[in-house]
Amino acid sequence: MTKETQRDLFPGALEMMILRTLKRQPLHGYALAQHIKRMSQDTLQIEEGSLYPALQRLLKREFVKAGWGTSSTNRRVRIYKLTAAGAKHLEDEVSSFERMLEGITRVLAPEKS
Amino acid sequence: MNWIKQLWLRRRLYDDLDQEIAFHLQEKIDELVAGGMPIKEAEAAARRDFGNLELVRETAREAWGWRWLEDFSGDVRFGARMLRKSPSFTIVAMLTIAIGIAANTAVFSVVNSVVLKPLNYPKAEELVALHQIAPGAEGLADFEAGLLLSPSMYFTYSEHNRTFQSLGVWVSGAANVTGLGAPEQVRIVSVSDGVFEALSVPPALGRWLSHADQEPNGPGRVLLSYGYWQRRFGGERGVIGRIIDVDSHAREIVGVMPQGFRVVDIDFDLAVPLSFDRGKVILSGFGFHGIGRLKPNVTMAEANADLTGLLPVWMDSWSNGPKTDSHIFEAWKITPLIRPLKQEVIGNVGELLWVVMGTIGVVLLIACANVTNLLLVRVEARQQELAVRTALGASMMRIVRGLLVESIMLGLLGGLAGMGIAYAGVRFLVAMGPSNLPRLNEIAIDGRTLAFTLLLSVLSGLFFGLIPALKYAEPRSGSALQSLGRSISASRERHRARNLVVIGQLAMALVLLVSAGLMIRTFAALRKVDPGFSDPRHLQVMRVSIPESLITGPEQVTRAQNAILDRLSAIQGVKSVGFASAMPMEGFDSSWDEIYAEGKDYSNTIFPPMRLYKYVSPDFLRTAGTRLVAGRELTWREVYTQRPVVMISENLAKELWGTPAAAIGKHVREFSFVPWHEVIGVVQDVHETGVQEKTPEIVYWPTLMSDLHGPGPLDAVRVVTFAIRSERAGTESFLNEVRDAVWFVNSNLPLASVRTMQDVYDKSMARTSFTLVMLGIAGAMALALGIIGIYGVMSYTVSQRQREIGIRLALGAARGDVLRMVLEQGARLALVGVAIGIGAGLVLTRLLRHLLFGVSVYDPLTFAAVSSLLLLVASLACYLPARRATLVDPVVAIRYE
Repeated sequence: MTKETQRDLFPGALEMMILRTLKRQPLHGYALAQHIKRMSQDTLQIEEGSLYPALQRLLKREFVKAGWGTSSTNRRVRIYKLTAAGAKHLEDEVSSFERMLEGITRVLAPEKS
Repeated sequence: MNWIKQLWLRRRLYDDLDQEIAFHLQEKIDELVAGGMPIKEAEAAARRDFGNLELVRETAREAWGWRWLEDFSGDVRFGARMLRKSPSFTIVAMLTIAIGIAANTAVFSVVNSVVLKPLNYPKAEELVALHQIAPGAEGLADFEAGLLLSPSMYFTYSEHNRTFQSLGVWVSGAANVTGLGAPEQVRIVSVSDGVFEALSVPPALGRWLSHADQEPNGPGRVLLSYGYWQRRFGGERGVIGRIIDVDSHAREIVGVMPQGFRVVDIDFDLAVPLSFDRGKVILSGFGFHGIGRLKPNVTMAEANADLTGLLPVWMDSWSNGPKTDSHIFEAWKITPLIRPLKQEVIGNVGELLWVVMGTIGVVLLIACANVTNLLLVRVEARQQELAVRTALGASMMRIVRGLLVESIMLGLLGGLAGMGIAYAGVRFLVAMGPSNLPRLNEIAIDGRTLAFTLLLSVLSGLFFGLIPALKYAEPRSGSALQSLGRSISASRERHRARNLVVIGQLAMALVLLVSAGLMIRTFAALRKVDPGFSDPRHLQVMRVSIPESLITGPEQVTRAQNAILDRLSAIQGVKSVGFASAMPMEGFDSSWDEIYAEGKDYSNTIFPPMRLYKYVSPDFLRTAGTRLVAGRELTWREVYTQRPVVMISENLAKELWGTPAAAIGKHVREFSFVPWHEVIGVVQDVHETGVQEKTPEIVYWPTLMSDLHGPGPLDAVRVVTFAIRSERAGTESFLNEVRDAVWFVNSNLPLASVRTMQDVYDKSMARTSFTLVMLGIAGAMALALGIIGIYGVMSYTVSQRQREIGIRLALGAARGDVLRMVLEQGARLALVGVAIGIGAGLVLTRLLRHLLFGVSVYDPLTFAAVSSLLLLVASLACYLPARRATLVDPVVAIRYE
């Protein structure tokens, strides 16, 4: 591995980001990877490949649907779409994540001041 | 998406994933190249950013939860490779298992078809046999069938019961069919109304016998079996309405029953209606088997109570004639004891089959033990491989599972090969089986048998794989990677598992051999019993019946039988001839009745004891070889002049008058109101119902008497078995001459059950000889497998101890010491095995007690003989490896490795 200061995301973080991204529009895997990278402004060190196991897990739980389409480069590609269940799951995850973040921030805040 | 569908889609999902990943990389490369990067660098960069491709694939697949399946198929592939790599091990192990499983499959298919499968009738669980007992009627207790029903009982039961859908009585017999080519004696079953309704099997053609067909003087009707229809009418459909002569009585064919249909256990040719004349029916006449179909949800206890309640009605409604007391039967304590029809059909053969099943199961255990030992050796040889796998990160569980998958595959291979052998085995069993084995025609390998074989294969695989796998899983002191193959001598612990397996094998082999030994002793004891007739091989028997329609007058019947005897005795090589109502052990329903003896007081019993009675011609007993103990046989003069004479058996004479000689000149009679018969002869006791059974007290009447069936007109016995004593018995030319002799007297008389007395005798021993052969086979297999087991272990031990032995020899140990050392080790195993086997045998052989005769289940001789045999053979098996040990060259042995 090239980057030494790699930091593991907590479990479910990647899924959450995928769902959030797909909420905006259906995308294929590569575009998803690029989008997440761009949005995080490269602060998150995500191996592009790790996207795919996450997508498979989401497929299995039926939070996303996949269908074959054509990419802008005119190649056959699988495009993922958020399902209603996926949207619901995203909402739950985001709110629980926000609560968690709030808690962590509170604990961390006094030290800083 | 359900689980099964996912499994189907698995391949496609994986392909999709691969395509998707390829697309990802391609896009990335394109982008980087477009940004000005050289293609080679771009490819490397794309891969780097993507991460570990294989790991991504694997984790992505894992998301679907098929990991276990893929591991499993990996185990299977690996197992198959390991088995292929050592073909000789695989073949030996597979064959060992195959033989064990084949034997079990074959026996199970018999058990399944005979004992487990329901009878071949719709809703067979509702069918019952109307069994009843009469503990108050002495002598009747000997009947295995209990007390049969009388026609009046049938009328009462069928008309007044509240618990049966239908109910009827039946009896089997033989009849002559004439007018269809050569006269033929066929098996008939006579059935009352209700029997076919109870059995509920629709006819293949036409209709059942109906209520109207029962009218005593109505038009004759008959129903054909499928076999008879095919044989005599070629399966012609226009047969309905045709007339055939049954016992010279014209009967119209009303229907044909389907293939395989039987009335209870009777494979008949023709079914004819029983036609009881209501006006003439009395209380007695207990000669009919009852069968019924219970109403849904009625229990046997309720049905028994229902029938019990009808007995007083029966006694009130009928009588045994004027001036008789109907309620004398209360003293008989008649008790309805209905039982499932299946139990009636299979009788006590179920117990025998389970014993055989058990012993064959033990053989499989011993076979598995042998394979266990092979696998133990193999696992030891593979320690290095397994250690390498562990070092590479395989978990203990994974390796144990792999080993188990391998042995289960071995079990399945064995099962597959075993199936093939089992098909042959079933044919052997059917041929070997007791000829009176019920439901013989139904024996087949069916789905349940296949499932059993599959289960057995998997279980054996688990069984013989478990010990090696667990042994591998045991924590080890040193690192297997290093220590392997460097041991100087055999550590105790390394051999413990194998020794235990061998001890178990020898113990099981001993139990089986003791069982076989007890059966041999039983067989020998049975052969020693004097059956009451001599030299059965040279005694030709055959059955001839003379129906009333052929010869009317009773005396003419006897004269015709006498004429047949005269013709028969004129045949070259015939020493003597005679006839009787039945030969011993022939299996025809025997007749019993109360017998009064002169000078005995019967006032304090309602009935004198029941005795077996038979009808014999002059010279019959001499022909059969039944020894005369006192007096003389009866003469033709006495028969034709109807002198009231009688012969009795020795045990009856002793019981009544103390000694056989004292019985001569005394008198007995069958009913209290007929003339006394003078005892003119006493003959030895005869094992009428088989050598295993006790000898009944017998009364031998002449075949022509005026009080044959109670007081009445002169009557003769029309169905008799002829016995011909000749060196030529059983030969084709002799049988032709015998037929000609019978047909010379009357060409319409058919012959039935033509055989030698030896056949009859063998048939009565069939149960014992079947058990003997089966246990013998099981015992021999167990012995062979056990010997191979101990030989294998001792050889292996010696090969492992080569170096130690070499050192011992180099240090000056005598070769004799080495020999003794190895032999002692083997003998210790054998002794422990035999000791455990004796202990187990003393408990387990008790299961055989009903099959034994003249020998105790603890027979010391058998136990001692089998133990010595086993010890001797085991020592021999150890001798070869021990000898090899003494031939070790110390120098070579020490340099070894």
